[in-house]
Amino acid sequence: MEFSEHIKTANVEDVVLRRPFYQPTKGTLCVTGHHLIFSNRGGDSARPFLLLLRNIDAIEKSVENLLGYSRLFSSTGQSQRPSVSSGTITLKCKDLCVLQLDIPGMEECLNIASSIESLSSLETVSEMYPFFYRPPFLSLQDQWGLSSTEQHYAQMKEIHDGWRVSQVNRDYSVSPSYPPAVIVPHSIDDETLVKAARFRQGGRFPVLCYYHRETGTVIMRSSQPLSGANRKRCREDELLLQAVIDGSELGYIIDTRSSQQAQQARMTGGGFESKSCYRGWKRLHRQLEKGKVLQESLIKLVEACGDQSHSVDRWLSKLENSKWLSHVQTALSTAGLVAECVERDGHSVLVHGSEGTDTSLLVSSLAQLILDPDSRTLAGFLGLLEREWVQAGHPFQQRCAHSAYSHVRLRHEAPVFVLLLDCVWQLARQFPLAMGFSEPLLLRLAKEVYASDYGTFLCNSDQERCVTGVKERTHCLFQSLLRANERQHYSNPLYERTELAIWPSIQPPSLQLWKGLFLQWTDDALHLVEAQKVIQNLVSQCHRPLNEKVENTDG
Amino acid sequence: MYHGHNIREGRWFTVVVILNHITEVQLLDRYTAKKPAIGTLYLTATHLIFVETSCNTRKETWIIHHHIATVEKLPLTGTGYPLNISCKNFHVVHFVIPSERYCQDVYHSLLRLSQPAKLEDLFAFLYNPKQDEDDRRNGWGFIDSAMDFKRMGLPNEFWELTDLNKNYELCSTYHSELGIPKTARKDTVLGSAKFRSRGRLPTLSYYHKESNGAICRCSQPLSGISARCLEDEEMLQAISRANPNSTFMYVVDTRPKLNAMANRAAGKGYENADNYSNIRFQFVGIENIHVMRNSLQKLLEVCAMKSPTMSDYLTGLENSGWLRHIKAVMDAGVFLAKAVADEKASVLVHCSDGWDRTAQVCSLASILLDNFYRTIKGLMVLIEKEWISMGHKFTQRCGHVDGDPKEVSPVFTQFLECVWNLMEQYPCGFEYNEKYLLEIHNHVYSCQFGNFIGNCQREREEMLKEKTFSVWPFLWENRQQYINPLYKCSLGREVLRPSTLPLNFKFWCGMYNHFDKGMQPKQSILDHLLTIIQKRVEGEKKMTDFQRVSRYRFV
Repeated sequence: MEFSEHIKTANVEDVVLRRPFYQPTKGTLCVTGHHLIFSNRGGDSARPFLLLLRNIDAIEKSVENLLGYSRLFSSTGQSQRPSVSSGTITLKCKDLCVLQLDIPGMEECLNIASSIESLSSLETVSEMYPFFYRPPFLSLQDQWGLSSTEQHYAQMKEIHDGWRVSQVNRDYSVSPSYPPAVIVPHSIDDETLVKAARFRQGGRFPVLCYYHRETGTVIMRSSQPLSGANRKRCREDELLLQAVIDGSELGYIIDTRSSQQAQQARMTGGGFESKSCYRGWKRLHRQLEKGKVLQESLIKLVEACGDQSHSVDRWLSKLENSKWLSHVQTALSTAGLVAECVERDGHSVLVHGSEGTDTSLLVSSLAQLILDPDSRTLAGFLGLLEREWVQAGHPFQQRCAHSAYSHVRLRHEAPVFVLLLDCVWQLARQFPLAMGFSEPLLLRLAKEVYASDYGTFLCNSDQERCVTGVKERTHCLFQSLLRANERQHYSNPLYERTELAIWPSIQPPSLQLWKGLFLQWTDDALHLVEAQKVIQNLVSQCHRPLNEKVENTDG
Repeated sequence: MYHGHNIREGRWFTVVVILNHITEVQLLDRYTAKKPAIGTLYLTATHLIFVETSCNTRKETWIIHHHIATVEKLPLTGTGYPLNISCKNFHVVHFVIPSERYCQDVYHSLLRLSQPAKLEDLFAFLYNPKQDEDDRRNGWGFIDSAMDFKRMGLPNEFWELTDLNKNYELCSTYHSELGIPKTARKDTVLGSAKFRSRGRLPTLSYYHKESNGAICRCSQPLSGISARCLEDEEMLQAISRANPNSTFMYVVDTRPKLNAMANRAAGKGYENADNYSNIRFQFVGIENIHVMRNSLQKLLEVCAMKSPTMSDYLTGLENSGWLRHIKAVMDAGVFLAKAVADEKASVLVHCSDGWDRTAQVCSLASILLDNFYRTIKGLMVLIEKEWISMGHKFTQRCGHVDGDPKEVSPVFTQFLECVWNLMEQYPCGFEYNEKYLLEIHNHVYSCQFGNFIGNCQREREEMLKEKTFSVWPFLWENRQQYINPLYKCSLGREVLRPSTLPLNFKFWCGMYNHFDKGMQPKQSILDHLLTIIQKRVEGEKKMTDFQRVSRYRFV
């Protein structure tokens, strides 16, 4: 299919663009297969403004025929030129930016609007922009992704005795959403894994995600067991979990559903690990919201942030009503619980909810950030995201199809990844020296996950990425972020590695609205950005070799 | 707690007379169920001191008696007799005392010591850091509010200083030197004073050189239902004429309209715009001291909740109304600053007596308009000028001595909170940091220095300047701690135009949860930056010293 079919009007002159931080400017608007391009005629030095169509969440248009108006309202009025009509398109983007285009000509306006509507909602992965993005500084020959399961395993010498890499999912037949290789207990063979996988939703049997050196305990994740209404058992699944806590007397299963939800899940074939079948495993329930509830929470929060009314009471009640900060609190406290089990009590933990592709990943990755200094470096954090989200099969395409502004009926959308980024921001706010990466990285990720030049967040699983050729035909965001100049920009100038766990406070006053994200298009954000720059300069001044300055003053 | 180091340094050891000590006292953690600390409680003439004996490092908690707002005995528990102490700096401690008699003793002693009957029994009259008498005397001259008028360019062709109040005859609660329009005749001034509640006539608070706009302050007129006063009308006209850039002036009544109308029945009220030429009259609706006191009470109840959910907390915050009041004060300050800077108009501000809301609003507007007040010294000048010398009733509002509890109100705290909110919006805009505000707040209540004792300048003149120390030289000496390393003087005389959308008003965790260390960020950007800057400075000094030495050696 050709993109041109969707483009009824490719070029319009004399369009006025209004966007945050800039004066309204007049210029030429051009619609291409993947972008809106706006170029300012006069300003030759200014680069054209480029907007990825994929970034557009909602489009609102209003057209008016000024001829009609002038007849109605101006009695003396021949001042208006006859037959002037125009339209206004409001674009609400997934990165929460809102822009407006004033387009002369009603027909042009409608044409542009309909082109944007159809092009921004194209769903064929291989037609998306990452397949066309070819920047000069990247080569398709480069490795796609930072590390594979095998490489990750190879680096962790200390687990080689107890754990092995299994290729049982090499053709994605055991679990379509798992990567080809996973880390499992040494004593469990592939045959057992295959059988255990049949007992877990989506074949997501328990796999290792983190090994804690000091205590020798681990964090595992999986999906729910399919025990169903008649409490089915699976010997192999029990063996697998037995092998995890081998020797030690206790492990914890953190179920990210309420116990009632877990009970109800049995009616639809799901369930939970019963005490009698899984000896030594203790189950705790911590309900984390996901899916539609989470999506609606984001929508309400963004709506509240855009409220221009001047009532504090109204703002606080809207903030409360959105429940977003409650979700942040629950996610961090559950992650803290997991980390506590591992570090303070020395017990292994298995995390799962139902599918094991959303809240489980949220909790396991936050727990790792709390515990593991390696995951708090820039490269370490990106590596964590790659392992725990991209490879682990978080369905990015479904979850991030729409953001907070969309009017379309929601299907599988849920801002789980944005919630993760918010929680990471809260951690970084409470421990401003402990993270190797900076707030701009989190903001960049929050943008890229919805609309990107890169292929990293395309598709819903590793399998899909292989089928569509993402790894061969698109560039990897994480690789790109680690290039020297980008690395500089996304590093935390205050970073000082700490080997200790960072325990966040989850008391409500300790958790704050993430202004950098939710208010990033207001003037407020400008002051914060300025402050970050000043910090950067200060630190680099203080760390400059001493003699440099002295020489200068001498000269 | 902060002056504890003085004692330990032995600078005035003689003062510490231990009246009583109790061993085996438990100090409970306010939020967590952590094991209580066990130690010895010492009662001295000035402080309550808890020395922890259950840990290896000697940990001390110092509470100055004057900080204590309430002492409460609770019914016997399994471990002893609980004694809850809440402080005016929002420190809350829960002791459990092993014997009832001891508990009773401490309780009664604290009631007596925390709020003495006479001013002369306050700590300031005892406090003697062994300074030279000349130093002490000079200390009182460190900040001179009259100098600030000179800085603004007074006297000039429009404004002058008058000594009509030199014996406090015109107005007993004002300073002796007042700024008035040059064209105001003596009988105009005298007549206007008679028509204003408690003689608090319109006088200059801030003169904005750039626009010729002035901020003036006064108390409500004694207009009742229909009274008028020609001299007062002339006085306002003189103020208006002192600004050639505007044909009108604003008169801002900071009270809610209903309150102002109720005052008319008591022979007070507000200006009838028909009687005054070219004034624009405006209510801004800041609530009175009683509403504010109750609101703070509710806010503190929210702070005292044990592990509240996010919803409980946000709902509690909303119901307390606290942030709504903070915003009301800020809105009024912003209104004033805009009127002066943008409309180049002069403003006259009053409330009822003109020493609470008026002080808040005028000082806030000054900060917005003038960068000087965003410096360490400037804030001292501002507080000295708008609060101390213009008769904010610190003794009553802070409840320094036993008196009418209905006179107590957190008016000054609210002002500091508005400044903190501005600092949050402009991280590079202030020379001082949060610690400075907290330290000032501490000293307003500690009664260690004489500045915040007494209700007006006359009272202070009579006894404080002779017998106590001034806080300003003390703070200035320690200014290194209060520096904001991100401060950019380049912002210069820029007028701050903060956003007053509700979402910009945050709960001030650093103030209200200051002593709950678990809720603060665990690492501080501020401390880190101050440390590396300090190191840098030392390093550079060493380097220059070294070079000087080596040059000397080799030449």
